[in-house]
Amino acid sequence: MRVLVALSGGVDSSMAAALLCEAGHDVTGVHLKMAGGAESGGGTGRGRGCCTLDDARDARRVADRLGLGFYVWDLTVAFRDRVVDDFVAEYGRGRTPNPCVRCNERVKYTALLSRARAVGFDALATGHHARLRHDEGRWRLRRAADPAKDQTYVLYMASQRQLAHTLWPVGEHHKSDLRVMAAERGLATAAKPDSHDICFVPSGDPGDFLRHRLGARPGVFVGPAGDVVGAHDGAYRFTVGQRRGLGLAGSGEPLYVTAIAGERVHVGPREALDVAALEAGDASWVAGSPPATPRMAAQVRYRGRPLPAAVDVDGDRVRVAFPDERPAGGAPGPAVVVYDGDECRGGATVDRTHLT
Amino acid sequence: MATVYLDHAATTPPDPAVLAAMRPYQEDRFGNPSSLHAAGRAARAAVEAAREQVAGALGCDPLEVLFTSGGTEADNQAVKGIAWAAREAGRGGHLVTTAIEHHAVIESAEWLAGHAGFEVTVVPVGADGVVDAERLLAAVRDDTALVSVMAANNEIGTLQPLADIGPALADRGVPLHTDAVQAFGRVPLDLDGWGAGALALSAHKFNGPKGVGVLVLRRDLAATPVLHGGGQERGVRSGTLNTAGIVGCGRAAALAAARLPDEAPRLAALRDRLLDGLLAVDGVTLNGSRRRRLPHNAHVAVAGCDGEALLCALDAGGVAASTGSACQSGAASPSHVLTAVGAPQDRAHIRLTCGRTTTPADIDRAVDVFTDSVNRLRDAGGGFV
Repeated sequence: MRVLVALSGGVDSSMAAALLCEAGHDVTGVHLKMAGGAESGGGTGRGRGCCTLDDARDARRVADRLGLGFYVWDLTVAFRDRVVDDFVAEYGRGRTPNPCVRCNERVKYTALLSRARAVGFDALATGHHARLRHDEGRWRLRRAADPAKDQTYVLYMASQRQLAHTLWPVGEHHKSDLRVMAAERGLATAAKPDSHDICFVPSGDPGDFLRHRLGARPGVFVGPAGDVVGAHDGAYRFTVGQRRGLGLAGSGEPLYVTAIAGERVHVGPREALDVAALEAGDASWVAGSPPATPRMAAQVRYRGRPLPAAVDVDGDRVRVAFPDERPAGGAPGPAVVVYDGDECRGGATVDRTHLT
Repeated sequence: MATVYLDHAATTPPDPAVLAAMRPYQEDRFGNPSSLHAAGRAARAAVEAAREQVAGALGCDPLEVLFTSGGTEADNQAVKGIAWAAREAGRGGHLVTTAIEHHAVIESAEWLAGHAGFEVTVVPVGADGVVDAERLLAAVRDDTALVSVMAANNEIGTLQPLADIGPALADRGVPLHTDAVQAFGRVPLDLDGWGAGALALSAHKFNGPKGVGVLVLRRDLAATPVLHGGGQERGVRSGTLNTAGIVGCGRAAALAAARLPDEAPRLAALRDRLLDGLLAVDGVTLNGSRRRRLPHNAHVAVAGCDGEALLCALDAGGVAASTGSACQSGAASPSHVLTAVGAPQDRAHIRLTCGRTTTPADIDRAVDVFTDSVNRLRDAGGGFV
C-alpha cells in the first residue's frame, strides 16, 4: 500500500513511519506547515507546539533515516482560516472550542486526506494514539493501548470513508515503549519531549494569545447572589470550571467560573458547576448512532474521565444526562464524546448545559 | 522506470569529462595553489588553466575571472562589494535592481538597505516577465552606485534586455552587475555589448560541480571584499582555492561554450515539444514571454490544480519538476517572481527545464505523466487544502 505519513517531528509520528516501513508499505513522509510567522511560533524554539523549523528538520531527519521520500506541505492558510480564526472567534463568543478537533475535522482528515488520495496515496497515517478495527463491514474506533495517551476524543468525527483510508500504527503501543523502539531505531526524536500545548500558542498561554488577537474587553465578575465581585479585562481569558488566576480576593470558599455571558463572568462554588445534562449539536457517529441506554459513558474534556451517561439521539442532536457522577462545568463549544467500553461511538459539539 | 529529470534549472548532472578532469586534483595533485613548491605550482597551473577556459568561454580577460563558492557568493560579493567600494569612493549609496532577481541579489540589496544605509529602487517587470529598459534606466540617479539585472530569470526563464540597458549605463558611468547563472551555456553572453562590470556564474548549472562559482569583475571596477583572509583572487576573495572544483568549472565552461551553437537549438526544440504538449491540456497557460525565453525553460500555470499536489503527483509518476525555484521549495509561499508578473495564485505553477541528457522520449513521457496527473488531480478536486 502507498502510505503518506504525516511527520510532525515528534516521536509518535516518527514511530508510525517506522512501523509502516517495517510492515512493508511504500511510505512517503510529509511535514505539514501549519502555523507560520512570529505570532504563532515560526521560530526555532523546541519542545512546544509542532510547527517550528526545528520540528520540520527533525521530521526530515527521520525521513532520511528511514529512507523515505519527504515533502513539506504548506497548510498555513487553511489552518489559519479553519482552526486558528475559529478558535479566536469562538472564545470571543464565550465558547471554548477544542482546536485539535477542528484541525482533524477541517484540515487533516478532509483537506490533507483528500490531497493525499488525489496525489495517488492509498492511505494517510498519523501518529495519533487510537485504534481501528474492521468489524462486520464497519470501521470501529477504539481507545489507544496507552490510556494516558488516548486521542479518540479528538477523532470522534471521522467518517467511515475517512477511516477506510486512515492508519494509526502507534495506537497499539504504550508511549514509553515507543520511545524505546525509536531509540533502538536511531530516530533523532526518541527523547523529544511531548507537546502538551496548543500548537499555535507557543507561549503556552492562550490568554495572552487571545488578548493579542481580541484586545482588551473589560467586564465584571458576578457572584452567586448576582452581585459584582470584581473586574477583568476580557472574558475570553476564562473558561467554565476555572479556579486559578481569577484574581478575586479569597473569602473562604474557593470560587469557580460557572458561566460566561458576554463580558459577564459568573463565579460560584464548586457545586454550581455540576452538570446534570447537556445538549449538543452536529453529532457524528463513527459506526452508526449509539443505542439510547444509560450504560454508555461520556467525556467532555480531552483529558477528562468518561462518566456513566444516558445518551438520546435525535437527528444530528444529542442529549446526554449524567445519572451518577456529574462532570464539572461545561461551557458551550467543546465536544462531548460517547464511549461504549473502549469503543468511541462518536460525539457532538456542546451548546447547552443543565445544572439540575 | 527511471526518473525523467526535468529540473536542470535547479542543478545539472556533472559531465563525465568534468568528473574525469577533477579527479586527479582530489587525489595525488592535492597541492595548495598558493604554495611555492612543485605541488603548489601544479595545482596553480590547473587553476590558471581553468581561469583561461572560463575567460575564453565568456570573452573576457583571465585576470577578471574570480572563483567563488558558488553563484550566491558571487552575487553577494558583486552587490555588496561594488556598493561598498562606490560609497567609499564617494559615488553615492543608491542601488537599482528588478523585482525578479534571484534571492542572492535581492537579499543582498535589502541587507544593504536595512543594515548599511543604502537606498534601493526595485523596478517592476511586465506581465511577460521582462523588465522595461526605459523604465529601469529612468530609475538610475546621479548617486546610483550599482545596477543589478539578471541575464535570465531562474524561475520563468525570461531573458532581460541587457543590450538595451548596459550601454546607456556605461554612458552614465554606472556599473552593471548581471546574474547569468541560468543564462550561461543556454544563450550567448555578450559582456562587451552589455557593458557588464560584473557577472555571476554557478558551475553546477552547466554540468560542472557544486560548490564553485565565478565572479567576473572587470579590471576598472573596484569591489570591497566580503570574505577577508589570505588575499587570494586579486585580494577580493580570500580562501584556499578549491582546485578540483575550479578545474571542473573550467572544463564545464569550455564544454558549454563549445556546445552552445548546437545545444541551444536542440534545447529549444525539446522545450517547444514540451510546451506544445503541456499547453494542449485544458486550462494550462504559459508563464513569461514565449519569445524572450531561455531555450530549456517551460513554466506553466495549471488551473484547477494545487502546485504542491501536482508536484507530488509528477514525482510519483517519475517526473522531476519544480514549483517556482528549488531554493525556496520545501514550504510554498508564493514566489516573488510569480507575484511580480501577477500570476494567479489559485492554481499550480510548474517549472520543467531540459538539459544535456534530455531526449525527445523523455519529453513525451513527461507530457503523458503531466496530462494524467492533471486529469486525476482535477477529478479528485485538485488537491487543494
